[in-house]
Amino acid sequence: MSSNAKSPASPPRNSESLKKLYSDMLMIRRFEERAGQLYGMGLIGGFCHLYIGQEAVVVGMQAHVGPNDQSITAYRDHGHMLAAGLDPNAVMAELTGRSTGLSRGKGGSMHMFSSEKKFYGGHGIVGAQVPLGTGLAFANKYRGNDGVCLTYFGDGASNQGQVYEAFNMAELWKLPVVYIIENNQYAMGTSVARSSALTDFSKRGVSFNIPGIQVDGMDVEAVMEAGGEAIAHCRAGKGPIILEMKTYRYRGHSMSDPAKYRTKEELSEVREKRDPIENFGRKLLDGGVLTEQEMKVIDSEIKARVVASAEFATQSPEPGVAELYTDIYA
Amino acid sequence: MSTEILMPALSPTMEEGKLAKWLVKEGDVIKSGTLLAEIETDKATMEFEAVDEGIIGQILIAEGTEGVKVNSPIATLLAEGEKAGGAPKKAAPAAELPKGEDHKDVADSGTAASGPKIEVGNDPSIPEGTEMVMTTVRDALRDAMAEEMRRDEMVFLMGEEVAEYQGAYKVSQGLLQEFGDRRVIDTPITEHGFAGLAVGAAFDGLRPVVEFMTWNFAMQAMDQIINSAAKTRYMSGGQMASPIVFRGPNGAASRVGAQHSQDYSSWYAHVPGMKVIAPYFAADAKGLLKAAIRDANPVIFLENEMLYGKSFPVPKLDDFVLPIGKARVVREGKDVTLVSYSISVGFCLEAAEKLAGMGIDAEVIDLRTLRPLDTDTVIESVKKTNRVVTVEQAWPVCSIGAHVAAVVALEAFDYLDAPPTRVNGKDVPMPYAANLEKLALPTVDDVIVAVKSVTYKA
Repeated sequence: MSSNAKSPASPPRNSESLKKLYSDMLMIRRFEERAGQLYGMGLIGGFCHLYIGQEAVVVGMQAHVGPNDQSITAYRDHGHMLAAGLDPNAVMAELTGRSTGLSRGKGGSMHMFSSEKKFYGGHGIVGAQVPLGTGLAFANKYRGNDGVCLTYFGDGASNQGQVYEAFNMAELWKLPVVYIIENNQYAMGTSVARSSALTDFSKRGVSFNIPGIQVDGMDVEAVMEAGGEAIAHCRAGKGPIILEMKTYRYRGHSMSDPAKYRTKEELSEVREKRDPIENFGRKLLDGGVLTEQEMKVIDSEIKARVVASAEFATQSPEPGVAELYTDIYA
Repeated sequence: MSTEILMPALSPTMEEGKLAKWLVKEGDVIKSGTLLAEIETDKATMEFEAVDEGIIGQILIAEGTEGVKVNSPIATLLAEGEKAGGAPKKAAPAAELPKGEDHKDVADSGTAASGPKIEVGNDPSIPEGTEMVMTTVRDALRDAMAEEMRRDEMVFLMGEEVAEYQGAYKVSQGLLQEFGDRRVIDTPITEHGFAGLAVGAAFDGLRPVVEFMTWNFAMQAMDQIINSAAKTRYMSGGQMASPIVFRGPNGAASRVGAQHSQDYSSWYAHVPGMKVIAPYFAADAKGLLKAAIRDANPVIFLENEMLYGKSFPVPKLDDFVLPIGKARVVREGKDVTLVSYSISVGFCLEAAEKLAGMGIDAEVIDLRTLRPLDTDTVIESVKKTNRVVTVEQAWPVCSIGAHVAAVVALEAFDYLDAPPTRVNGKDVPMPYAANLEKLALPTVDDVIVAVKSVTYKA
């Protein structure tokens, strides 16, 4: 049951909250780098989709989440779990398939959930989370609470039919759902230009009368600003809203993708000019919110935290064989 | 020369209906498109309009007459200049009308005159002395939903035409009026979308009942049913799940062709994390749908359109809930075990009656639930009869019957006096032509042939 607690208005912008945005993004970056390393060592199996480059989107959005709000995403979900406040040990241990993982090793990289944080996964089929997220929003309206569901999906999922089935019902029934389209420019190896007739994803709701905003998804403050507006729109009972986050993924689609569909120059230009963590860090230094010394402390604390999570995830036991047959039925 | 106006068929499965009201009277001049009468089927009341012009001669069936057979004359139509006959019209009660084919459904005692009388074994879950009320499967399903919606505010119904239209097959009749549009929700035609939306709502703890107008349309939603509803409990290490019921008519209706006539029993029964129910009797439909709505797991509830209008006794109890996963011996016998579910149970009972006349005493098991499958009841019976025939409308390859046969071969091999034998729908897409459709579906005779083969009486 959801609580009746009212969600707070947008979080205050003070030096503490700004520092937190920075360290949350850096945590995701370092965590994902380490996950990539563990994958290379054979300690993480299967598919592993890293979020490096897109950190500002989830950090800026999750900063708004109140007690009744839910979140749901696809398989590129490690960063989302961390941004939702989950223990990096449990996230990393799920990646290594250990009993201490979020799903006790039974979900893996693509399938992580937290009932405590109202994080509903972690879904492996492109686009499926969109009707699911719309259903979570339906539940909020049914219960009469003020919850909003943050439903994340990519430019690739935006071409799935079920997304538009969900859009139609969300607007028809005025459901409190923010559709966050993380446009990282590539649906696996196919660029937006090669896959989408309309490349402005903020307009994908036009025929349903769903408003959309295009946001610089590499700028965490811009994300926060737009996220605040969007959530307020939903809480006011105005129905769904779309945020198109213009972002970029630095790594391949998954660990096994060499990303030959784009040039090195394209990637390095984004890294040099638009990196969400570099740019925000510089801004905090210039504005006197952070000192070089503080930054180093944050960096080394995060590094230690991530190293500890990798240690935890590789030392934890695999699930007991009895786990094979648990959690199938209530 | 006068022609006859015939009782029209207003749905694929309609065999008879009520002539609710005449909208014309004798002597009225009519032309093509004139509304003639209101006809009430078990699904709806519809207006019936004239095709030919002329003058209404004689009204043959009085308004208010029930059970008027399709294609029986209801009035005469005169050409211009002809004189209306003055013969008295007869108020024809159903019983006086010429009988059509024998009712396939032997347990249909709504029209008690037709079909052989079958003793159906007592259900041990119904206390002795309980009053039984004849109820259609349709009403039993509706009553189950209504009772559960009264009991738990988190239960709601969504689907195409479930609210204002009162259900495409009238299963949700009256629910909108009692519970309002917050809890009885008409969806757009968007199976993939609303199935996913309902699963999401179930993740949050609501108790959706999703009606698919027929299960044929649920293939659009297959990914959400299998990947999202059935697997989330496992993938999340038990943190979240979808307590949801997907329900609607499954299997062949009548003359609706290949894309609208398919049995999905084994498709869903294949999936761990799912429960699958396919009842025959109205009491089971009610008691098991109530159980399904209360269940914490996703449940596939397979109904059958041909059974919606059939009446069976349903116990008059305040809260009649049956256990999921229990088969029932609906007819005891010692020579052969017939294992079946859904509409085919009726064929088995009819076959058993005919077999009794041939000196073969058949036991009939209604599986009721297909997953988890109550193999204990089947094995116990086979140990007694030493022979098993599975009967179902589904295609033969990888069917429920195939699985039952495998289980019996593994667990009761030493008890078998004949190979486990299966009666299925033919391995073809459903044809439209009436003769071919009949050939594609299993019949009572098919069951009798199979039984004779395993009892070596062929």
